[in-house]
Amino acid sequence: MDFVNAVVQGTLLGGLYALFAAGLSLIFGVMRLVNIAHGDLIVLAAYLGLTTTVALGVHPLVALVVVVPAMAGIGYVLQRCVLNHTLGDDILPPLLVTFGLSVIIQNALLEGYSADPQKMDAGALETASVALGPLSLGVLPLLTFAIAVAVIAGLQWTFYRTPLGRAFRATSDNQDIAQLMGLNKRHVFGLAMALALAVTAVAGILLGIRTSFDPSVGGGRLIFGFEAVIIGGLGNLWGTLVGGVILGVAQTVGATINPGWQLLAGHIAFLVILAVRPNGLFPRISA
Amino acid sequence: MPDAILKLSKLNAFYGDFQALYDVDLNVNEGEVLAIIGANGAGKTTLLRSISGLIGNDPAQVTFRGTSIGAERPDVVARMGLAMVPEGRQLFPSLSVEENLMIGGRVNRKGPWTLRKVYDLFPILEERKAQASTSLSGGQQQMVAIGRALMSNPELIMFDEISLGLAPVIIRDIYAALPGIVGGGMSAVIVEQDITKALAVSSRVYCLQEGRVSLEGKSGAVSRDDIARAYFGVE
Amino acid sequence: MSTDIRISRTSSAARVAAILGALIVVILIAAPWWAGRADMRLMGEIFLYLALASLWNLLAGYAGLVSVGQQAYVGFGGYMLFALTIFAGLPPLVAIALAGVLGALISIPVAALIFRLRGAYFAIGTWVMAEVFRLSFAQVSSLGGGSGTSLPTDIVRSMADGRSAREALSYWLALGAALVVVTAVYLLLRSRKGLALTAIRDNELASASLGIDIWRTKFLVYVVTSGLTAVVGALIFLQKLRISPDAAFSVNDWTAFVIFIVVIGGIGTIEGPIIGTIVFFLLRETLADLGTIYLMVLGLVAIVVMLKAPQGVWGFIRHRFDLQLFPLGYRVERSKDT
Repeated sequence: MDFVNAVVQGTLLGGLYALFAAGLSLIFGVMRLVNIAHGDLIVLAAYLGLTTTVALGVHPLVALVVVVPAMAGIGYVLQRCVLNHTLGDDILPPLLVTFGLSVIIQNALLEGYSADPQKMDAGALETASVALGPLSLGVLPLLTFAIAVAVIAGLQWTFYRTPLGRAFRATSDNQDIAQLMGLNKRHVFGLAMALALAVTAVAGILLGIRTSFDPSVGGGRLIFGFEAVIIGGLGNLWGTLVGGVILGVAQTVGATINPGWQLLAGHIAFLVILAVRPNGLFPRISA
Repeated sequence: MPDAILKLSKLNAFYGDFQALYDVDLNVNEGEVLAIIGANGAGKTTLLRSISGLIGNDPAQVTFRGTSIGAERPDVVARMGLAMVPEGRQLFPSLSVEENLMIGGRVNRKGPWTLRKVYDLFPILEERKAQASTSLSGGQQQMVAIGRALMSNPELIMFDEISLGLAPVIIRDIYAALPGIVGGGMSAVIVEQDITKALAVSSRVYCLQEGRVSLEGKSGAVSRDDIARAYFGVE
Repeated sequence: MSTDIRISRTSSAARVAAILGALIVVILIAAPWWAGRADMRLMGEIFLYLALASLWNLLAGYAGLVSVGQQAYVGFGGYMLFALTIFAGLPPLVAIALAGVLGALISIPVAALIFRLRGAYFAIGTWVMAEVFRLSFAQVSSLGGGSGTSLPTDIVRSMADGRSAREALSYWLALGAALVVVTAVYLLLRSRKGLALTAIRDNELASASLGIDIWRTKFLVYVVTSGLTAVVGALIFLQKLRISPDAAFSVNDWTAFVIFIVVIGGIGTIEGPIIGTIVFFLLRETLADLGTIYLMVLGLVAIVVMLKAPQGVWGFIRHRFDLQLFPLGYRVERSKDT
């Protein structure tokens, strides 16, 4: 029963990891950029949520109304002012610039909020649970998983059924010809980053409700998101959800065996998949 | 007196340190079909890329209806009414046939060309509209590329080597459709290596040789000898 | 009139630099006699960072393998030093050398796994491996588990008699490491293997078509670099006398700072890491009081350099003045005749 419970909890945890990963996957799909500061942006969103809930006295989920547009705006500006200038054939500039960004964000948060762990208070939501047979499922994890599915479905719909999505796919295919179609590629990339950070904002708020966070946890979130993407396969958002679930289950099962093994179990699952299926389980594009 | 819709004045183009075009002067008159011929590497594609904005030049080197566009971004140039059918088709692999056509229409310019009209011109595309664009044959891909350019209702459409890599019978069919495409006041520039085809459909012709204009004249009036000399640069 | 063409591998600037460099090295070796304790510690730290930076530069700037996980080997080397001296009773100097060998050995299975990833995904993969190392060593209770352990005093004492002798030894080891690494990198790049590396860096596809075995060359560079990084790691924690998983495998200390050094100094050049280390320590000594602000400034400088002057300080100087202090290329010189 412990084991089954662990699998269920791990699956729901996977939803959160899929949210960490979705933004990462989107950006890589559109502009082949891997943002090392991605995890720190998730943490930034959590802190913005914290400040919003404190300043406006609202529930963290309500804070989404403020944080999502704010992060989207930050994403657009970041892309147009900084990241667009790193795009090209060389992998070093985007890597090193986003690395520098990561250090700046972490230390800015340290300056602004101190290193003390923080947590957002979601009230009854945090402890509420529903019974499913012999199992007890937390409402928050269920909600997180549902939101993850909704977000991924939304992103898929955006990509494959809207003009914006067509613009993303065309620009990612062939920047030159896309421009001949009247697409301003700098603007398109800016919108892609805005969308990615909007998703990241959701991930950050849910993270901040679920556990305590401090400025240094960004790296860990990036790694979880990255592992979910690689396990699931590049270029496939639903695959990323599966990847997140596998990672979550590996972690919770590992924790059941020995609490200190939680993170290690996740990494080992990732390495096993990397060894056996280097392109992930459902790849659509190659790195 | 025909009006020049597009003027190139002393156009110079570089790839890094390498100069590909030297002081090119060229006019495209309203409503005409202009052919540009030349050997591989003569600078024909560079010319089109300069016009479309993919290569940046000095503003005054390229004027369209009196406006200097030499330094404009490609998407700005596209919105002004210049469309290109690129060399090698270059369809978007992630988009279906219909989506490729739709993205051509993104510029939202008014005009007769709609999805319906493109399908009427190339019925086979309607049959395959949901397929991945790159799963089509070469000739069909060329139709998609042409349709995609038409969807923007351009005033000037540029064809870059549309016969490249296609079977002769397909080439013949596409060129047969050309008058229907370029009717209604649209101006066209056709870049071709196939001189016969180029002369047959155009009213005027320029020849490029190693980045310079080596010949300019009426398509019906230039002699084979003139062309051979201009093409190969032999005196 | 005839002009003879001479092919030379050096230039007058390089010759001058070599003489100056030799002088500086002699002065540095003599430091225990003219420098104070604090200065020697600082210089030792500088030398070790220079070694780390040169190694990372070889990996990223030449082999094109951008790793943000080299802290795995720094920590591994440190832990091997502690384990081999405490459990196997080996003398520290032997332990340090052995740590390097073990570091190289363990990098083989690591490479086998992460070489399946490319580009930025490779980079994050190296970070994951470093995390695996960190979490694994945190499980080893005999080495202090999550809180770490100290190097027993009798082991420290066994290195040399008297504190000043030990400090001198520590200093010379650090200086030696820096000299060995920089010299090794220089000799490698001057050799045929090095030419292959530069070719790979400039154009992988072209060099592959020339028959250069890309995979094997990169693999070799990764293994050698990791082994040497482990040696430096052992030296670092020999100086610190205490080790813990968080300190040993710190991304900030052993990767972020190293990357900034290389980027600011000039990636893909031998002189770059030297300049970068000097700039880094200058910044640190003047700004460190500002704590987080200092780190933000560092990040900002790295971003600006990457966007505006991606060749770094040395790259800029080299381009502007056509200078090369470590003679690597081939120069065609005219020797004028009448």
